[in-house]
Amino acid sequence: MRRSQRDTDESAARVTRRSLFMGGCMAATMAVLGGRMRYLGVDEADQYRLLAEENRINIQLIPPARGLILDRNGKLIAGNEQNYRVVITKEGAGDVQAVMNRLSHLIPLTADDMARVTRDVGRNAPFVPIPVADRLSWEDLSRIALNAPALPGVTPDVGLSRIYPRDVDFAHVVGYVGPVSEKDLEGVENPDPLLHIPKFQIGKIGVERWMEDTLRGSAGNKKIEVNHVGRVMRELERTDGIAGADLRLTIDADIQNFVQARLGDQSAACVVIDVTNGDIIAAVSAPSFNPNLFVRGISSRDYTVLTANDHLPLANKVVQGLYPPGSTFKMVTALAALEDGQIDTDTTVRCPGYLESGGRKFHCWRAGGHGKLDLVGALEQSCDVFFFDVAQRVGIDKIAEMGRRLGLGERHDLPMSAIAEGAMPDKAWKQSRYKQDWRIGDTINASIGQGYVLTSPLQLAVMTARVATGMNVIPRIIHEVDGHEVPRPEPQTLGLDTSKIEAVRLGMVHVVNGAHGTGRTARIVNDMLKMAGKSGTSQVRNISAAERETGVVGNNDLPWEQRDHALFVAFAPVEAPRYAVAVVVEHGGGGSTVAAPIARDALLRVLTGQMPDVKDYPADQRARISSMLEGLKLRNADGTLPQESKA
Amino acid sequence: MSFLEYRVKFAPVGFAKVFYVNWGLYLLITAAAAIGWVMLYSIAGGDMSVWAKPQMQRYAMGFVLALGITFTPIWFWRSMSGTAYVLTFVLLLVVQFFGHVGMGAQRWIDLGFMKIQPSELMKVTLVMMLATYYDWLDDRRVSRPLWVLIPVLLIVTPTILVILQPNLGTSLMLVIAGAAVMFAAGVSLWYFIAVIALLGGGIAGVFLLRGTPWQFLHDYQYKRIDTFIDPSADPLGAGYNIMQAKIALGSGGWTGKGFMQGTQSRLNFLPEKHTDFIFTTLGEEFGFVGAISLLALYALILLFLFWAAVQNKDRFSSLLIVGIAANFFLYLAVNLAMVMGMAPVVGVPLPFLSYGGSATLVLLLAFGLVQSAIVHRLR
Repeated sequence: MRRSQRDTDESAARVTRRSLFMGGCMAATMAVLGGRMRYLGVDEADQYRLLAEENRINIQLIPPARGLILDRNGKLIAGNEQNYRVVITKEGAGDVQAVMNRLSHLIPLTADDMARVTRDVGRNAPFVPIPVADRLSWEDLSRIALNAPALPGVTPDVGLSRIYPRDVDFAHVVGYVGPVSEKDLEGVENPDPLLHIPKFQIGKIGVERWMEDTLRGSAGNKKIEVNHVGRVMRELERTDGIAGADLRLTIDADIQNFVQARLGDQSAACVVIDVTNGDIIAAVSAPSFNPNLFVRGISSRDYTVLTANDHLPLANKVVQGLYPPGSTFKMVTALAALEDGQIDTDTTVRCPGYLESGGRKFHCWRAGGHGKLDLVGALEQSCDVFFFDVAQRVGIDKIAEMGRRLGLGERHDLPMSAIAEGAMPDKAWKQSRYKQDWRIGDTINASIGQGYVLTSPLQLAVMTARVATGMNVIPRIIHEVDGHEVPRPEPQTLGLDTSKIEAVRLGMVHVVNGAHGTGRTARIVNDMLKMAGKSGTSQVRNISAAERETGVVGNNDLPWEQRDHALFVAFAPVEAPRYAVAVVVEHGGGGSTVAAPIARDALLRVLTGQMPDVKDYPADQRARISSMLEGLKLRNADGTLPQESKA
Repeated sequence: MSFLEYRVKFAPVGFAKVFYVNWGLYLLITAAAAIGWVMLYSIAGGDMSVWAKPQMQRYAMGFVLALGITFTPIWFWRSMSGTAYVLTFVLLLVVQFFGHVGMGAQRWIDLGFMKIQPSELMKVTLVMMLATYYDWLDDRRVSRPLWVLIPVLLIVTPTILVILQPNLGTSLMLVIAGAAVMFAAGVSLWYFIAVIALLGGGIAGVFLLRGTPWQFLHDYQYKRIDTFIDPSADPLGAGYNIMQAKIALGSGGWTGKGFMQGTQSRLNFLPEKHTDFIFTTLGEEFGFVGAISLLALYALILLFLFWAAVQNKDRFSSLLIVGIAANFFLYLAVNLAMVMGMAPVVGVPLPFLSYGGSATLVLLLAFGLVQSAIVHRLR
């Protein structure tokens, strides 16, 4: 497209005209800007100079002391310790590199530390103190003090940092604190100014995280006068912050320690709950880890050791671990059948060792069968066929409803991280989850706590507490906030028929104390402290027909991760239930042989308030128990571990 | 649309192009950038490595890129403007959905080695697109409504995306720079008068609808306007920046407190002292004389630009230069008005001085285009 010469000339002239007009406008604007500059910098200069002088008063935040976490008896679980550190200022040091080199001969400094200090010194004004190293020992500190003349600009400084004196015992319940990350600030509107203080620490998991707002407190501030280069001349005014509120947990630190030591290195969880009010007395997940490592910034080597461990020390198995409850679920099936009127306490079922349904054979754990059994006998001997049979009569929906009434499949709200809901399946659940119809085989599997049923140790403890009392026990872990008791809801009855729940309890008593009880070896011989319970051994693999023919491979011959989970739930004393306990030992083997003794030890420890007395154990076990109890590495009264022999 | 249309009587080729570059203009912008490096060195407390050195490296990189653009014929760039515009627009869309969220606003695409702010790039490609459009358009149609609507849409569509980010400063610059090209191209004055009248009504509407569910701006944007009108009302909150900036500028006096002697910036009272508020340190340390010198330097750069625009007989080239001049002016005018307390804080950097990659790079690209237009102009 060619344009005529005239057009182009005329439009070019117009571009010129309008450009010049725009240039004029710009010139005018710039004149205004220049005028403004003159007004600020020349006409009003004196006033602003005065304001700049006043600006020498600086405001600094003072971090508040974090609230303490105590056990139910006031023993310290999480506290604050003085943290000695050294800081360096550029204006004081002059040659920062030279001073840092000298300093590195006195205290251990990594190349990373040196690089970080050099970087931070460059980024900040010369008077800003840059932290060089923290958690210094007295020796390090005194070495620095001694060499002070050779270290210009280096000053010792003291702050507070978090300490967990009972390290591994409360790693999962209380969690730990760590520096604020980008992720922590995400989605927070108007974050607390404290969060912007370098190295400020907030709760990352557990109670430390979920009670963060209570524990943190609010910042104080100090007005300081600085000289013309910014050096602090004096403090003018100080408003102290409000320290965070102290928390008192329902947990008893000594019992927690006992249970933690008792579980040892096994991959296991144990919950002890006060059935009268839902107070959690101990919530232990093993193996554990030292939360103090995280506060100090865990090394990647230590972290790899933790994450590579197949016993999962970082997981809080009490609320995160989900296991098929196995036979511990039989109380639910029994109560559902009783409540529905399908059976009564006299109903008997004959067990030939298997039950045929829908063309499939479902086997009892005892190949030869149990013969004719009533409810109490079926619980005592943990007969599977009895529960297969009654479950078929009741149907899964009624069983699931009873499970939920007893607290299974429910997210018990505690200030802990990653609480799992588990699964209490029914027809609708399977339909929505797998788009499949419920089959009768599913009911049979569920009746003995296999198949789709999944529970956490906490849920099992709550279930046992509810069976023991007939009340709607709700677990809680925070006892007091800032000296005020956390109100607990009025206990509600579950509305179950007393005689029916009595029958189930009697079955549990027989499990431990009856002549044929599966948990008989774990009985308590002191009548005042008698224990009732139920064992469970849940399969993590399928036993094939071929295996059944040739004989099932012994549990101990299997690789660890294919062995059965050992479970045991119990309450005591039988006459007036006070505490309930749930124990899960992952791939531990038989519930009655592995988990039941742990439950017994825990109950004796909490009931007597002291180390279990060997006289409460059956005579033939006393020697073994006594040496086992002596072998436990328990803490002293002040929370420290007994001196290791220097071998 | 080919280079034949340029009817070039003489165009330098090869190495000869070097002699036709307006080196004076390059010298001036490098001088402005050098002032920036000196200020960044001072703000870091006498340390090159913190801000000054990375900024110098970026400038050097951008400058090499600008030279590459300079020696590529302007008709090539004209033929690329449609592609560049569409590409930038797509980037704006991408940033809207996958962008990096920083300071509450989605603005960047992270390419790994650098962050791109498509809205900055849009300032140049929009001007290129509009200049191409008016170069193509028959002069008699310039003021016909339908032919006015097209460039308006070209301006408004990307602007909406930028507003959504939300980035008020840049969207304002897009509209005004676009309007400047339309104005220079000869669109009837009545359109501009009508739009200005409408805007007056619109601004009234913005304030009348405040607090109702139909309010146009975010609450924080209203708040910025509030604190602009009365900074002392909220001296520790949003008004803090403006108060401290004014104190820094004002306390400099005639000749300033001296190099590296500014207490305001050294004592960390100044926010964003190395980016948007860098002018305050200049004012504090070199006083009125220093500030007015920078203003004069900017005026000189604008003078060079307008001279290049008027002298250029090619319609695309001169419209492009006018648009780039408008952008350059808007950067500095909005920034200076902001730090001197004459406009709300909208987050526009001071051209060539503020620390930051995107704006510096885009400005250098723009000046590369200007130089290409100068080298390859009709002679």
